[in-house]
Amino acid sequence: MEAKKSMSPIQWAKSRKGQKALICVGFMIIPLLLLFVFTYFPFAEMVKFSFYKMKYTTPVEKRVFVGWKNYIDVFRRDDCFGALKLSLFYVAGALIQLVLALYLATILSFKVKGGNFFKGLMFFPYLISGIAIGFIFKFFYTRGFVLDTILQWCGFELENLPFWLKDQAVNNWSLVATSVWRYFGQNMVLFIGAIMSVDAELYEAADLDGANKFQQFIYIILPSIKTIVTLNIILSITGSLSAFEQPYVITDGANGTGTYFVIMNEIAHTSQKVGLASAMAVVLLMIIFVCTILQNLFFKYVFRDASSEDESYKAKKARLKAEKAAQKAKKGAV
Amino acid sequence: MIKIGKKSYTPLGILWIIVEYVSLIFFGLCAVVPVVSCVITAFKTETEYQQTNVMTLPESWLNFDNFVKAFNTANMGRAFLNSVIVMVCVLVVSVILGTQLAYVLNRFKFPGNNLIRNLYLFASLLPAVAMQVTVFNIMSALHLVNTLYGYIIMMCGTDVISIYIFIQFMENIPVSLDESAIIDGASYWTIYWKIMLPLLKPAIVTSCILKGVGVYNEYYCANLYLMDKKLHTIARCLYTFVGPMGSQYNLICAGVIISLLPALIVFILCQKQIYSGIAAGAVKG
Repeated sequence: MEAKKSMSPIQWAKSRKGQKALICVGFMIIPLLLLFVFTYFPFAEMVKFSFYKMKYTTPVEKRVFVGWKNYIDVFRRDDCFGALKLSLFYVAGALIQLVLALYLATILSFKVKGGNFFKGLMFFPYLISGIAIGFIFKFFYTRGFVLDTILQWCGFELENLPFWLKDQAVNNWSLVATSVWRYFGQNMVLFIGAIMSVDAELYEAADLDGANKFQQFIYIILPSIKTIVTLNIILSITGSLSAFEQPYVITDGANGTGTYFVIMNEIAHTSQKVGLASAMAVVLLMIIFVCTILQNLFFKYVFRDASSEDESYKAKKARLKAEKAAQKAKKGAV
Repeated sequence: MIKIGKKSYTPLGILWIIVEYVSLIFFGLCAVVPVVSCVITAFKTETEYQQTNVMTLPESWLNFDNFVKAFNTANMGRAFLNSVIVMVCVLVVSVILGTQLAYVLNRFKFPGNNLIRNLYLFASLLPAVAMQVTVFNIMSALHLVNTLYGYIIMMCGTDVISIYIFIQFMENIPVSLDESAIIDGASYWTIYWKIMLPLLKPAIVTSCILKGVGVYNEYYCANLYLMDKKLHTIARCLYTFVGPMGSQYNLICAGVIISLLPALIVFILCQKQIYSGIAAGAVKG
């Protein structure tokens, strides 16, 4: 202890311990600085602002402290909290998207002609920017344009078709469909990855036993990828709560398509009610936070047995490997 | 691909094969029709666009006028340059910072290690759009609004996923490698630079793909922070088509297609890496 204290700073810097401390500080200071400046400081500010009535340009001394009023407004104003109901559309869309992705992933995991081509086709929308998708679908849904033309080819009359983006009965579904179009390929690729990681011997065995594809799906594929499917269901719920891009770029929130974030964005940057917008953001963060905690509890509860199964599976694999190695060694010896 | 040796041609099996291909073709078409309709329209002249149905093929597939016009009117050349600058800077900086942070978090035990990990985990829960309500304030206070470097700094700061990919990958690099290097007298910097970074290459490719797609397509923050026309990135630049070109969809479609081309080329060239990148990015949940 004494010796260390008497070390000069340069000596200390050259010692292992000193090097360790220097590298820790040196490697972490910039990322942590960025994390605090662009995540935690704004987060703290947001909580603070949510208690004030203010604009971006209001000088600090003129901001009015209003207590919980902004929060009460969030729940009272129809446009704020009511907008959360819209996320139910997106939840429904997300579920459809998952089923679709799972179905197509199952097909593409087995040998099909042109499988890679179809996979690429369905995945590519994920790489298109939200704004380009906005234009593509504004064009797609315009009266008498792409969608209407295709439906007319199928025998529908133009007069019977709704205005896809104006008619309040369908416009949210149109937007949800866009979101499904954009993300289902990504989900599919994810599921294909999960299905591929299942031991191929299982399929061979099932095939020998005469199991058809449907049985293989129910008894082999589904159980082995249930973790990733559940994870995606839960993620899609939090994702649906924060649905933003499609309504923002396609309809700009008009005709009752303004989701929670679209409204929040407008309140913050157009009407400059920063306090109210902050309160909205905090409320949604709380909801997402609660969802995440529930998700973790759910996982602990549902999959507490699964981990032990996993272990036995791993053990089995290890044993098989060992046996194979032993056989090889034997062959070598002979 | 899962290959099964024996082929069964029972009636049910044949029916299933038909169902398979019908659904593949149907959903493949669903995925591609919106984009194809855009391509068709982009090749039409003004009169053609007004007189023919949107799904009628253009008279000439060599009519590039719309592309040239869209490219020049919206100054897309400049926008591409800006996008490339932003992407290169963000990717380089976030790879360096991300790998360094992951190295420290994964290899050293110190008080606060877990706290920092949890801080990043919690940060990933905060939706970016909501955060901009107050980040906007900070950006103005730091005089970073309306500058390319300000936008770049902000994009580097919100990086959580790549750090997780790096940490996960590093867990599979044996510590004995570090130890033997230390015995040989290597400093921690040398270990990071000469051992870790080269071994992390696959993880770096993955994170660059995920981050690259995100940065190239990002327009919400670009819209907030890059007002000056000279600073527009490609996604932000597309946004300007709303105003002056109104409903001239033949021009808008041409602009959209131009903005898609780089993504399409990269996708065709590195499909495999992109697919595995998506799978790896999802594991962190």
